[in-house]
Amino acid sequence: MHGLAFDIAHFLAGGMVVASFLLLYQDRLYALIHVFALHSLVLALAVGWQAAVQGAHHLYITAGIALVFKAIVIPVALHRIVRRLGIHRTLETVGGVGRDMLAGTGLVALAILVMLPVTTAADALAREDLAFALAVVLLGLLLMVTRRNAVSLVIGFMSLENGLVLAAAGARGMPLAVEISVAFSVLIAMIVIGIFLFRIRERFDSVDMQAMDTFREERRR
Amino acid sequence: MPLSLSLGLAMALLAVGLHAIAASRRAGCTRQVYGVSLAVCIILLGMALAHLLGGRTPITLTLPIGLPWLGAHFRLDALSAFFLIVVNLGGAVASLFALGYGQHEKTPERVLPFYPAFLAGMNLVLLADDAFTFLFVWEFMSLSSWALVMAHHREPANARAGYLYLVMACFGTLALLLAFGLLAGPDGGYDFAAIRAAQATPGAAALVLALALAGAGSKAGLVPLHVWLPLAHPAAPSHVSALMSGVMTKVAVYGFIRIAFDLLGAPAWWWGGLVLALGGITAVLGVLYALMQHDLKRLLAYHTVENIGIIFIGLGLALAFQANHMYANAALALTAALFHIFNHSLFKSLLFLGTGAVLTATGERDMDRLGGLIHPMPWTALAFLIGAAAISALPPLNGFVSEWLTFQAILASPELPQWPLKFLVPAVGALLALSAALAATCFVKAFGITFLGRPRSPAAAGARETDRYSLVALFVLAVLCLLAGILPGLVVDGLSPVVSVLNGGARLTAQSSQPWLTLVPVVDVKSTYNGLLVLLFMAFSGTGAALLIHRFASAAARRGPAWDCGFPEASPATQYTAGSFAQPIRRVFGSVVFQARERVFMPPPGDLRPARLEVELHDPVWERGYAPIITAVVALSSRFNAFQYLTIRRYLSLVFGALVLLLLGMVLWR
Repeated sequence: MHGLAFDIAHFLAGGMVVASFLLLYQDRLYALIHVFALHSLVLALAVGWQAAVQGAHHLYITAGIALVFKAIVIPVALHRIVRRLGIHRTLETVGGVGRDMLAGTGLVALAILVMLPVTTAADALAREDLAFALAVVLLGLLLMVTRRNAVSLVIGFMSLENGLVLAAAGARGMPLAVEISVAFSVLIAMIVIGIFLFRIRERFDSVDMQAMDTFREERRR
Repeated sequence: MPLSLSLGLAMALLAVGLHAIAASRRAGCTRQVYGVSLAVCIILLGMALAHLLGGRTPITLTLPIGLPWLGAHFRLDALSAFFLIVVNLGGAVASLFALGYGQHEKTPERVLPFYPAFLAGMNLVLLADDAFTFLFVWEFMSLSSWALVMAHHREPANARAGYLYLVMACFGTLALLLAFGLLAGPDGGYDFAAIRAAQATPGAAALVLALALAGAGSKAGLVPLHVWLPLAHPAAPSHVSALMSGVMTKVAVYGFIRIAFDLLGAPAWWWGGLVLALGGITAVLGVLYALMQHDLKRLLAYHTVENIGIIFIGLGLALAFQANHMYANAALALTAALFHIFNHSLFKSLLFLGTGAVLTATGERDMDRLGGLIHPMPWTALAFLIGAAAISALPPLNGFVSEWLTFQAILASPELPQWPLKFLVPAVGALLALSAALAATCFVKAFGITFLGRPRSPAAAGARETDRYSLVALFVLAVLCLLAGILPGLVVDGLSPVVSVLNGGARLTAQSSQPWLTLVPVVDVKSTYNGLLVLLFMAFSGTGAALLIHRFASAAARRGPAWDCGFPEASPATQYTAGSFAQPIRRVFGSVVFQARERVFMPPPGDLRPARLEVELHDPVWERGYAPIITAVVALSSRFNAFQYLTIRRYLSLVFGALVLLLLGMVLWR
C-alpha cells in the first residue's frame, strides 16, 4: 500500500487527531456535540477508506455504524438531551486552552514515541494508524479529565471509543462481531447515561459533577 | 472404569449436597445425607483398595470441561489410591458417626449441603491430573470446609476462625497457583504429564518447593502457617472436625508429595534439610501449644499440627536420601511418612469423634468442666483411651510403628554425606523424641482430666453413653488402630507400590514373608519390631500382674474414708485440673517459648476477694509473625482510605495519570 492510498489513509487518521484537538477547547455544549459528530464522520471516512484499500468488506459495516450512530443518532440524541435539560446556554469553564493544547501535543508525541518503536514489524499504515489511534484515546481521556459537565464526559468517552475503532480498523482481521458489540455497548452506555442525567438532574437540579461531589461530601460527614 | 466410576460417585455426593439444600429441614434428611455419604465412601474405599493392592497401572481420563484448550484431566495411580483410602476411610467412619451425632445438630441446613460437597472436593483433589482442575477442586474443598466451619457462625470466636481460615486458604491457594505457574513454564503446559516431562531449572525448582511448602503447608498446618488450624478445626461440628483434622490435612500433604516427589524431578539435598527443620519445629511447637490448651478439641487440633510435623520429618528425610541416591533409606523414610499419614487419620478421627460424643453427652469442651466420664460413658472412654495411647506412640498400637520407622530412618542419617544434614538430622531426631514424650504427657492430661476423677460440673455429672452408631464408628477406628499396630507388615506391603512410584522403583523388602509377622525395615541384624509379640507379652504380663495383685493384695485391702487433709467434704474443684497438670511443662518450656508468667494475687488481710493464680501466655508465632503484618496492613489501608472518597474527575485523573506515566516509562525503558 503506497502512494495515494497511504496518503489518504494517513490524512484521515490525522484528521481524527485534529478533530480531537478541536474537541478540547469547545466550551459550548452544542459546539462540542457538533465537533463530536465531525470526529465520528472522519472516523467513518477513515474506516471506509481502510475497507476499500484492504478489500475488507466487513469494515464497510463498521464505517456505516460509525456514520449512522456516532455521527447522526448520538449527536441528535445529545442535542435533544441538552435542550431538554436547558443547559444549551451554559458555558463550561475549560480552564486554559493553551494548557490543554500543550498537554494534548505532549500526548500525541508520547503516543508516537510509544507506538512507532514497538510496531517495527507491521506495515507503515498500521503503524501510523495505531499511533494516531493511541493519540485519539489519550486526547479523549484528557477531555474527560478536564471537563466537569456530564455531557462532556460522555462525549470524551465516545471520542476515546472512536480511537479504539480506528485502531481496530487499521489492524487487519479484527472480527466484526467485536465491533458491533462495542458499538452497541456505546449506544447502551449512551442511553444509560442519558437516563442518569435526567435522574441526577431531577435530584440535584444540575448536571454539574461538582454538585454531586458536594452532595457526597455532605453525606460523608 | 474405576476412575470414571469414582468421578461419578463424587458427582453423586455433589447431587446429595444439592438435594440437602432443598430438603435439609425435613425430618429424614440427616439420615439420607449421611447414609448416602457412607455408602459412597465405602464404594470408593473398596475401589481404591482394589487399585492399590491389585497393583494396577495408572488410569487416566480427560473430560472436555474446564479450560477449553486443556480439558479436565483425571488420573488414578498408586499415590492417589492410597490417599483415597485415607480420605474415604475417614469419610465413611465420620458419616457413620454422624448418623447418630447429626441428630443433635441444631442447624442441619448449615451442615448437610456442605458435608457431601466437602467429601467430593477431597476425592476430586486426589484424582485431578492438571493444574487447573487441581486448583479448582482444591479451592472447592477449602470453601466447602469453610462453610462447615461457619456452621455455628453465631458464636463470635467461630466467625473469627472462619475469617482467618479464609485468609490463610487464599494465601495457600495463591502460593500453589504460583508454584504450578512456575512448573508449567511459559508455554502453559498445565497437564501434569507435561509438567513431569519438563525439567525445571534448579532455581525455579527451589522456588516451586518453597511455594509448595507454603501452599500445602498452610493447609496442613505447618508452623508458622498453622495459626488458623486450631481455631477453625474445633469450630466445625465434631464429625467435620474429624474430617478436617484427620483427612483434609492429609490431602494437603498429598499436594506436597505430588509436587515435591512426583512433578518436580530430582531434589537437591538442602530441600530435605528445609523440610526436616520445618517438620521438627512444627512437631515440638504443636505439642507445646497443645499442652497449654484446656479446650479438648483445640488440644486435638494442636496435636494435628504436631503430627503433621512428624509426617514432614519423614518426607524431609526421604528428600535428603533421594538427593544422595540412597533409595533404600529413602524408601524407609517415605514408608514411615505414609504410614504415619494413615495412622494419624485413624487416631485423630477417633479422638475427634470421641470428643464429639463427650460434647453431645455434656455440651462441654472445656476439660476443667469435665471429669469422671468413664463411669457414665465406659465405651467411649475405652475407645478414646485406645486413640490416646495410639497418638502417644505406645506399643502395640499403630502410632508407635510409624514413629519407630521414622526413628529408623533418622538413625540411618550418618550415611548422608552433607555435614549440615549430619548435624541437623540428629537434632530433629531429638525434637521428635521430645514431641513424642510431650504428646504422651498431653494425652495423660486429656484422658485423665476428662474421663477420670470426679465430675467438675453438673453437665459432666449428668452425662450418658452415646448412641450406637457413634460407638460403632469409634470402635471401627479403635480396632483399625490396634490391627495396624500388630500387623504393620501388611500395611508396609500395601504401601510399597506407592513408595516405589515415588522413589524411582526402590521399596522396602516384602514383609509378608517374614516369620511371625515381624517388621524388618532394613536388615534384621539392625532392628526389628513385632507388634504381635508385644501385644502377647503385654497381655500375659498384664493379666499375670492383675491376677497376682488380686490374689495377694485385694483380699488384704479394705475400704475406708479417704484422708482429706483435714478438709472434710472436698469439692471436685480440689482435684487436679488441666492447668495444674501442665504446670511443670509450662515452667520448663513455656517460660522460654511462650514467655509464660505466673502471678499470685493475694488479697491483703480484711479483703474478702479470693486469692488468684494468673497465668499469662504469649503466642510467639502470632505476636512476632502475624501481628506486625496485620498492623502494617491496617496502617496502609487507613492511609489509602482517602482514595475511597475521591470525585469522579479525580478518579479519572488518577487513571489518566497512571496511563501516561506507564507509557512514559515504556518510552524511557526502551
